[in-house]
Amino acid sequence: MKPFTVHTGLAAPIDRANVDTDMIIPKQFLKSIRRSGFGPNLFDELRYLDVGEPDSDNSGRPLNPDFVLNQPRYAGATVLLARKNFGCGSSREHAPWALEDFGFRTVIAPSFADIFYNNCFKNGLLPVVLSEPEVDQLFGAIAASEGLQITVDLAAQSVAAGELLFHFEIDDFRKHCLLEGLDEIGLSLQSSDAIKAYEAKRAAQHPWVFGAIKR
Amino acid sequence: MAAMTLYDKLWQSHLVESRDDGSALVYIDRHILHEVTSPQAFEGLRMAGRKPWRLDTNIATPDHNISTDRAEREAGVDGIPDKTSRLQVKTLDDNCDHFGIVEYKMNELGQGIVHVMGPEMGVTMPGMTVVCGDSHTATHGALACLAHGIGTSEVEHVLATQCLVTKKMKNMRIRVDGKLGFGVTPKDVVLAIIGKIGTAGGTGYAIEFAGEVFEAMTIEGRMTVCNMAIEAGARVGMVGVDQTTIDYVEGRQFVPKGADWESAVSYWRTLVSDPDAVFDAEVVLDGSAIAPQVTWGNSPEMVAPVTGSVPLLAEQNSAEQRAALERALHYMGLQEGSAITDIPVDRVFIGSCTNSRIEDMRAAAAVARGRTVAASVKQVLVVPGSQMVKQQAEAEGLDAIFRAAGMQWREPGCSMCLAMNNDKLGAGEHCASTSNRNFEGRQGNGGRTHLVSPAMAAAAAIAGHIVDVRSMMEEF
Ligand code: SF4
Repeated sequence: MKPFTVHTGLAAPIDRANVDTDMIIPKQFLKSIRRSGFGPNLFDELRYLDVGEPDSDNSGRPLNPDFVLNQPRYAGATVLLARKNFGCGSSREHAPWALEDFGFRTVIAPSFADIFYNNCFKNGLLPVVLSEPEVDQLFGAIAASEGLQITVDLAAQSVAAGELLFHFEIDDFRKHCLLEGLDEIGLSLQSSDAIKAYEAKRAAQHPWVFGAIKR
Repeated sequence: MAAMTLYDKLWQSHLVESRDDGSALVYIDRHILHEVTSPQAFEGLRMAGRKPWRLDTNIATPDHNISTDRAEREAGVDGIPDKTSRLQVKTLDDNCDHFGIVEYKMNELGQGIVHVMGPEMGVTMPGMTVVCGDSHTATHGALACLAHGIGTSEVEHVLATQCLVTKKMKNMRIRVDGKLGFGVTPKDVVLAIIGKIGTAGGTGYAIEFAGEVFEAMTIEGRMTVCNMAIEAGARVGMVGVDQTTIDYVEGRQFVPKGADWESAVSYWRTLVSDPDAVFDAEVVLDGSAIAPQVTWGNSPEMVAPVTGSVPLLAEQNSAEQRAALERALHYMGLQEGSAITDIPVDRVFIGSCTNSRIEDMRAAAAVARGRTVAASVKQVLVVPGSQMVKQQAEAEGLDAIFRAAGMQWREPGCSMCLAMNNDKLGAGEHCASTSNRNFEGRQGNGGRTHLVSPAMAAAAAIAGHIVDVRSMMEEF
């Protein structure tokens, strides 16, 4: 996994609460059997005026000029500023894949849906939780100064933008894995003996758990 | 030992290893796979040269984007019209064959929506940890399982280690006491709960549903409620074990027999919260006050009793709420303050892992019997949740009732719940739907979803608009 240490980039605001995963990446794109290539369809229904299909050539599609990511001042944004309950809805990991593929490295919001939050960490995308007033200030700062860059420092757990400097909380294990870009499966397999011991105990106590599903 | 909640007990009994930072390695008893969220996980295994940790804890079935059309289904996987959908289903078949995972293929008895087939075959049993790459996995919590959705990286992690790295959630209990009124169903109960606590009300919690209403509810009804825990923000929804649970599980295909059954049952009976267990949050609703519910907006919390109306802009407390309401009204093509029963219906969908079990089919058929779909309604899809539900419904003659009413009886799958196949809403069309999400575009681009119970959906099909099903039931 790609590590995340410090990132500085242009910030784009998406000013609505409860942005759900169907909005982030509509379901017709979930048919892909790959992990990449979702970027052109990020926020598809908001971004384009026509209906996107998995095979469409996105370069010729009519853009919705009102949608924030289509505005020239946000071209090349890598930091997404959002409102509360971002990523609610389905468990599709395609949502962080699409954000990442588009070029975002971090999403800042007052709160995230649980599964989405969790999925971000598996893909080197850092979700940052700040308080509502702090997020409000960032929205204000972006509106006030075109080209505003935000710096997110994972080791220091800080977000800096112009004069603003905020601290965020994150759990140690996730922080460690993301800083180092660790493979979680490899880490868990270091506990193979504990897993086997658990299975042996379980098989003795509750034998019906194992063995039944077979053909 | 301190008093424990059901969730505490399930967590405790599956703990493989605790880590200093509060995360833990938790053992997974059942992992259910489908075509949409698994291909990248299998690819990850292949690339790392890994194999599944074990096979007898995994089971797979295609459901999300298979066709529900009879003729297309009969043509097998090659008959799936959309080529990307076809590739996804083929990829699941190939991966399961390659890695040796038991799969109920598209037209086999046993195939169905992951959350319908799991409990019905006895794949999931009380006291188990259950995961699936689908956020409605909490459905299995109706059997006192610790069940929740996971992402694709976690699908790969569970395949490779049979464990999940996770953190303990907080405990919430939602009590609904009293007796449900005539014509009020489990779907109405869960929509009323979401209306009360909001779509983020359960974030970070494992919810236990308790109280007289759940004690009196069938397992299928409890599944409908647990299914939508995620719509209240909670990954986990559960109900403790009682006699109803044991009776439901007994005799199913993968369930133990003989001495193992006896010992399983005595263990399962311990799977209730201790009387003095402490919950971090508690919510109480009066069951007798719940009316049939209808969502009018594009978030499940935008819900009202069928006797009510769409909210007024002036009643909103904050600018943010006002903006959300304005956006919803615009998207849904509704006027503030209009009566819920004035909402027209262009299509009706009866199905999804929320409401496609046999009891749901019976409830819809009871309303459809001897009646005809309104001329203004373009299509009514009735989609059983599994091959077994389909078989049972046909044995009871329910398919004939639906057909006689002018409804379409389809092959099992997710269908118009998320419209990954050809079952879709057109832009601007209103749909009375028994599914679980009314997000913008969920059932088709520009489609307008109104979440309701199966009886309410059938009633809307007959009337051509949202209607209080209780008025039709009194006609019997
Ligand atoms: S029926 Fe809908 S919610 Fe249920 S598993 Fe299928 S797509 Fe997901």
